[in-house]
Amino acid sequence: MIWDALTLQLGYNATLVTIGAALLGIAAGVTGTFLFLGKRALVSDAISHATLPGVGLAFMVMVALGGDGRALPGLLAGSALSAGAGLVCVSWLSRRTRLAEDAAIGAVLSVFFGLGVVVLTVIQSMSAGRQAGLETFLLGATAGMLWNDAVVIATGGALVLLLALLLRRPMTLAAFDPEYAVGTGMNLRRVELAMMGLALAITVVGLKIVGLILIVALLIIPAVAARFWTNRVGGVVLIAGALGGASGYAGAALSATAPNLPTGPIIVLAAFALFLLSLLAAPGRGVLAAVLRHLRFQRRVHLRQGLLALAQGQPIYEPLTLRLMRRAGLVRADGVATEKGRARAAKALLDERRWALLRSDPRQETAAARYDGLTPLDTLLTPDQIVELDRNLGPRTAP
Amino acid sequence: MHLELASRDGHIEPAEGISQSPLAVRGLTVSYGEKPAVFSVDATFAPGAMTAIVGPNGAGKSTLLKAALGIVQPLSGRVTCWGRPLHTQRHRLAYVPQRASVDWDFPARVRDVVLMGLYRELGLLGRVRARHVETAMACLSRVGMEGFADRQIGQLSGGQQQRVFLARALAEGADLYLLDEPFAGVDVATEKAIIGVLKDLREQGRTVVAVHHDLSTVPDYFDRAFVINTRAIAEGPVAQAFVPEILQEAYGGRLAGAQIGAAG
Repeated sequence: MIWDALTLQLGYNATLVTIGAALLGIAAGVTGTFLFLGKRALVSDAISHATLPGVGLAFMVMVALGGDGRALPGLLAGSALSAGAGLVCVSWLSRRTRLAEDAAIGAVLSVFFGLGVVVLTVIQSMSAGRQAGLETFLLGATAGMLWNDAVVIATGGALVLLLALLLRRPMTLAAFDPEYAVGTGMNLRRVELAMMGLALAITVVGLKIVGLILIVALLIIPAVAARFWTNRVGGVVLIAGALGGASGYAGAALSATAPNLPTGPIIVLAAFALFLLSLLAAPGRGVLAAVLRHLRFQRRVHLRQGLLALAQGQPIYEPLTLRLMRRAGLVRADGVATEKGRARAAKALLDERRWALLRSDPRQETAAARYDGLTPLDTLLTPDQIVELDRNLGPRTAP
Repeated sequence: MHLELASRDGHIEPAEGISQSPLAVRGLTVSYGEKPAVFSVDATFAPGAMTAIVGPNGAGKSTLLKAALGIVQPLSGRVTCWGRPLHTQRHRLAYVPQRASVDWDFPARVRDVVLMGLYRELGLLGRVRARHVETAMACLSRVGMEGFADRQIGQLSGGQQQRVFLARALAEGADLYLLDEPFAGVDVATEKAIIGVLKDLREQGRTVVAVHHDLSTVPDYFDRAFVINTRAIAEGPVAQAFVPEILQEAYGGRLAGAQIGAAG
């Protein structure tokens, strides 16, 4: 069943929804990257929660006009309007009052969401219209989705993706260095507005599939996960798009395997699985790589300290140092230095004395700045420079 | 040349005509909250010169620069570049912000940051071509950072970060360079590299204006000084504007005797 879902063999409708969700995921991952890099990711949470009253009010308006209130374009238009109002509120509160943006986000998010719940409750008691199913906008559902709905979602996702790629340079500059961006003549407010507008569009387009509560996850998680893999904006954008697309695809496909599975949470869980993988396994910024790097560094420090102690005839008490040196064949089990250990110790001591001389010479400032207590000097200087240095080292004192 | 001393209302008569000045502000007032950081300042920066903006902490040095560029909104005042409105001349000026103003953990390599200086030329869709990369690399080598092009910017020292910012401004190929504390917290090698580049720019007839905090180096590095303490105090050649009486007025009792000695 799951395999059938992932290979798009659960029928026409499920296939449609899966492809739509994948497109939405790609667009969300790309758009979310710029929000994340500009440290504005949480604004999208306020935007998404602010859609709820719009959905309810649009339903009421459509019923009042004689429809059944379920037309998706109408509901999306309503949600876009109220999300826009929420965005204006956040922006006004953080610019014109002393409230910080996070406080403004919290206030707008909860007030709009509360208002939306009240409106939905009123709708439940209405006799006109077909209100059943409106609550799926909270968590997303693919059951009963129509061809037209899927087209709206796929087209919207594709449009947002195109716009995000078109605006990638101004949005990158605004995220990295807004002051410089203004200095080059960029209209920063317009670029930020466009960025928020794209997030709003993703929220509205994703309302049906992911739902308003969790869409923020689809905007943020792919970008955060992608950041582990690369150190370039272009790389983050590409990988976030791919991770978002994969999450949307897998989540929508899996949720189609059972009748009442909410799509949004499953898409988000799929995204989270990819995040976890990135957090642990990514080279460079990943947790495992960092732990390995730290252990390797710790080993080098202990060995160096141990060798210097040997060279100066001092006893080694640190158990880890002793263990490492025994394993490297530098000391015997009883702690006495081996032939190899004595040779390496003498070399370490000579290196340390060369460094000390180098660092006391103001003319060698640049080279001395690279001292870390671990790097052998002969990897930095040419043999001639070493000879020159040794000439000033004076008579060798026996350890 | 003669020295322009501020008249009683803080206004300074221009040394050169406004129409020739790469950057001139008139009646500029900027306020954070109710306390003006810069009050009714007139400034006319001389073309082809290196001018230091000096003054005590909180005197509005950086604010003056940011307001002139439209980064902070002034309460009042007018900014012209070469006698024309600022927004028509943006392509002729380049800004070097304080390096502490950005998050250096941003996913970019050194060359990517320098390429940002070419974004205006590239537009929204223009492809980065070999000649753009060449420009970026040439700018990096002017600041002595060509060996760092592929480094992640988070791995740079403070001085290296500052040099990357300068390289980005050089990539813009501007006629006026505005720098906010370019020498703050940098190493000796960086300070030498930066001042060398700035003097080269002056040789090419370009204009440099820098907020500067280290009074002892003003006479060595700059031709002219603009002394400010919320109000404009003096502007002129270093020998005339950067003298103990004027600095005493700007800094009040906060200036140590040794610093005045260096200035004199």
